[in-house]
Parts: sequence; C-alpha cells; structure tokens
Amino acid sequence: MPSFKGIFQGKQKFVTVKAGRIREEAPDGLWTKCERCGGILYKKELTQNLGLCSDCGFHFRLSARERIAVTLDDGNIVEYDDELLTVDPLGFPGYDIKVEGAKQTTGLEEAIITGKGTIDGYPVLAGFMDFSFIGASMGSVVGEKITRLFERAARKRMPVVIFCASGGARMQEGMFSLMQMAKTAAACARLSGTRTLYISVLTNPTTAGVFASFGSLGDIIIAEPGALIGFTGQRVIEETIRQKLPPGFQTAEFALEHGLIDMIVARRDMRKTLGSLLSLHGGRRQDAG
Amino acid sequence: MTNLALEFEKPLVELEKRIEDLRQFGLKKGIDLSDEIAILEKKANALRKEIFENLTPWQRIMIARHPKRPTALEYIHLIFDEFIELHGDRTFRDDGAIVGGIASLGGRPVTVIGTQKGRDTKENIARNFGMPHPEGYRKALRLMKQAEKFRRPIVSFVDVVGAYPGVEAEERGQGLAIAGNILEMTKLSTSIIVVITGEGGSGGALAIGVGDKLIMLENAYFSVISPEGCAAILWKDGSRAQEAADMLKLTAPDLKAEGLVDEVLPEPQGAAHKDSVAMAGVIREAITRGMDELSGIPLRRLIERRYARLRRIGEFAVREISESDLPMAAAGNGDMQGTSDLPNVEGGTDES
Repeated sequence: MPSFKGIFQGKQKFVTVKAGRIREEAPDGLWTKCERCGGILYKKELTQNLGLCSDCGFHFRLSARERIAVTLDDGNIVEYDDELLTVDPLGFPGYDIKVEGAKQTTGLEEAIITGKGTIDGYPVLAGFMDFSFIGASMGSVVGEKITRLFERAARKRMPVVIFCASGGARMQEGMFSLMQMAKTAAACARLSGTRTLYISVLTNPTTAGVFASFGSLGDIIIAEPGALIGFTGQRVIEETIRQKLPPGFQTAEFALEHGLIDMIVARRDMRKTLGSLLSLHGGRRQDAG
Repeated sequence: MTNLALEFEKPLVELEKRIEDLRQFGLKKGIDLSDEIAILEKKANALRKEIFENLTPWQRIMIARHPKRPTALEYIHLIFDEFIELHGDRTFRDDGAIVGGIASLGGRPVTVIGTQKGRDTKENIARNFGMPHPEGYRKALRLMKQAEKFRRPIVSFVDVVGAYPGVEAEERGQGLAIAGNILEMTKLSTSIIVVITGEGGSGGALAIGVGDKLIMLENAYFSVISPEGCAAILWKDGSRAQEAADMLKLTAPDLKAEGLVDEVLPEPQGAAHKDSVAMAGVIREAITRGMDELSGIPLRRLIERRYARLRRIGEFAVREISESDLPMAAAGNGDMQGTSDLPNVEGGTDES
C-alpha cells in the first residue's frame, strides 16, 4: 500500500503503483493488453493493424467479421445460409439463454459466417468461425452451414477456405453435434472427389471435434503463428498423465514440427499466400481490371 | 455370484444371498424350505425386473463401464466362426487398444475391428484401458481399406471411453487420425456395421463408428462428451456427472428415439456381463440380419444412402426471409470497416 502520508513527511518522494493496476484502470473499450508481451495497445490501432500486437507481433483473436474484413477483398462477402437458427434439441437446461446471450454479445446468429467472396481477386467460398460465440463450438447449425458450403463448392467447383477456431462440439446439442463431425467430413469427402481445393486455416484455438473433423481435412492446412491446435484439452491431458505439459505444447509451431500441418502463415501474409495457392490450383482472377 | 455388484444392485444381491443362505441352511438341517425359497425367488425376480427396467442413464453408464463387461475380443470369438487377428499400422507400432482382423460369419468373410479394453490391471496397461493412440486408428483404417479392396463387409465393435489424451497422441496427430478415419468411413466402398457394446466416447468412438447401420446394446451409451467432462464444464464439479448424464440424452433408447441409432439390442437379465454367450448370440443375429439387408444394396446406392443418413442429422430452424432482409446480406456490425453492403446479386439462395 503506497503511503500518501509519507510523501508529505518527505520520507518518500514517490508513490509506487503496481503496473497491473494501471492496466486494470485503463478505460474499458479503448485500450487492451497484449496477452503475450503485456504491452498496452490502443484498440483502434490494433484493429487497423490486423489484430497484431505492434510490439511483439502477437496474433490477437479476430471475430468472424474482423476476419472477413482482413481476408476478403474489400471485406465483401455474400453470405449464405444465415437464415438457419439454433434450436435446443435436448431441452438442455440453460442452453437457450446461452445462445441468446451469445447472439447479443457477438451480433451473430451462430458461431460461423459462410459465404462467397474473393481473395486477391480469386473467387472462393469461405467460412469464418467466431470463438466469441460459445467457443465457436459446432452444433447443428455450424455443421449444416459447413456442409452446405462444401456441397455448394462441389457443385460450382469453387475452392473453399475455412478459418477454423473452436473449442469442439457443442455439448448442449448432445449427439446431434457429435454427428456434425461425420456430416461435415462426408461433405468434405465429396468435395474432394470433385478435385476441388479446400484450404483449412487453423486459428487460435482450433481443438477437439473441429480439429478432428473438417479442420484437419484440408488439402492444405495452414495455421496462424502461436495458435493452439490439438485434440484433447490441456487440462485433461495434465490430469491424465499427472505432469505439467512442456511449453509450446499444441501450438502451431509444435504442430508444424510434428508434421501435422503444412505451414504457418503470419496474418500479414495470409491473403497473399492464399492468393498464390488459389492461383496455383487454377484460380482465375475475377477483377483483373 | 459376482462380487462386482453395482451400487443399485445391492438390494438384489442381498436378497440373492438370503436365498442362498436359506438353501444351505435347509440342506444342512434337512428341512424343506422350498416354499420359503420360492417366495423369495419370486420376490428377487420382481426386484430384478424393477431395477433393470427402470435404469437411469447413470446406472446404464455404470453397467457399460462394468469391469466384467464383455470386450471386443470376447464377442469376436463368440460370434465368428473363425478369426485371424492382424496387427499394426505399418508405420509406427501395433496399438493394443485397437484389435482387428479377418473373420468368418456363417461362411462369409468379414473384416472385424474394435476397441479393446483389458480384463485386469496388467492387461489394461497393455491395452491402455482401451484408449487408442493415432496409430490405433490408423491400424483400423488400414484394415478397413483392406476390407474395401477385397469387398468384405466391416463390423466395428465400439467400447471406448475416449481417444487417449496424452502428449504422444497429440504429437502423432490424434485429431488428424480421427478426422481421417471419419472421412474415409463416409465413403468406403463396402458395407459397415457398427455395434456400440459399451462406451461410445465422443470422437474417439466416432473414429471407428461411422457406417450403414448403427446398433447399440441396451446399456451402451454414445455421447458427445463424458458426463464427468460435461459436469466439470457446467458446474466445475465432475462429481455431478449423474445430473449431466440425464441431460445429455446418451442412452441407447434415447438415441433410438431421436433416430440416431438404428437398432437397440436387449441385454440378458442383469446385463451383458451376466451372460456373454447369450449376448453374443443376439449380436450375431443382428449383424447377420444387417449384412443380409446391406448386401442387397448396390455399392453406389449404399454409399449414397450412407451420405444421406449423415446428411439429415442436425436440428435447426429456418428463419423466414422477407424481401426487406435481402439487401442486408453483407451488413457489418457497426464498428467494422470494409464490410460494406454488397449489391444483392444472388440473394439468400445460390443454386446453379
């Protein structure tokens, strides 16, 4: 506790205030703290900087809308299937309230936005998951929207890019959500059968049922630096093996080292990399002019 | 009489013990107690019926996890006329938590795979308590591909609490192995019958659980998450698993009612472990019937049918779209730049 009395008595020339306190007192909504380096960042600047920490380059989590803005040309998307609404098939206590709350806080109907746009001029069908919506867990609507995206892509022979982020299956929908893993995988297999490109981009975090289905099924799997990628949650693993996990476990870098993904691409280079891959797979620029 | 009675069976076990004591006493003393014994036996039968016809989801889970619950290999040896076990994923190692091979059912060659739990501590360590690593799933996939090549039907026995949650499992791509299996099973050119005999633990079960017919034993369960895990997430208290089990709708009858399971097989009195031979007979009959049915479907149609079965799963509502909604297709949420309104070229539907 700093002593104000001491200042007046001349014993102490300054008041020590813990750095953390300043951060806590930072006006809400204007500033934010970097999770990695602890640097204080002006939120507006952070948004303009693709959600990257200006000090250490840490990749902040992006909402689906933010991701669309920094990925698709001019941030333009023609949305698909946004009329699909979540229901409560099991009558799971508290689920309807949870969904309503997520809708309020995110302004979304569900944990994914799907649609059509262009990346560096190349037309794509794309999906953008939003972790703020119940951990971007996959329930019936998320599974259905992804399945429809794959099916549409197979019909049109259009490449698919999905920005994944998820805590896994939506447990409140019970087996209906687990089976979305099989449903999306089935649609993905069909798309693959038409020899159409699917790129999955694993962002922080992509885990459990989403990692163990369409997240892992890309012809090319890209991860963002530092993203948590894995099947089982770290706490569960620690409880099972009764040991602390090594640093860096289940990061994008860990996944790359163990041969689980194709590449790590920094957010700044994402559009360019995706554009090159789309081009190399026969993509033709729409807006050459 | 097994000493591994479950908590809810205790009154029944006590009654059975009393009957046994009475029988011994009569024999020793030379007294005819058959009337009394008959009354008690009638009572015991009524009690057994009452208990097993009113099992709670949690009680079923206790049965599914019973240490004496018959394992995949036990069923395989009881059901098939011949079984030749095949090992390994040809890449890393032979995972004891997954077994598989070629078997014969009534003269018909089939490929059999399954998750395998142990009977005792030593065996469980060798089997990793039936929790597969990625190489286990890859071994199963290798055998399924082999089945496809030789046009053998596949029978998959599932009894797994979950894919192994360990460091090496993650290093070797547990998520990728599961995803790969699921994808391949959705399009494999041969029929697949899945039998959930005990635990159907989430993605670790689905990784060998996609097929043309999904059969569950009466006291098996299939769930998106363990009730303990669900309780830990909801209430930070894994001990409230019983409540979570009620909410997850994970029992065979519940899943049958939802149309997620094709057939529920009744278990012998007192559950499968009380009479594994009888249970195996019931499973054999169901598998044979299933294979007869599926073998009549041309391969192309079988795969279409498998897709259609998965495709319809999911519960959601559809909002009516009014004309005024249409230009809003790309409306951003206020503070985002760039997500400007798009010319509404395609509207809400986009078929071509």
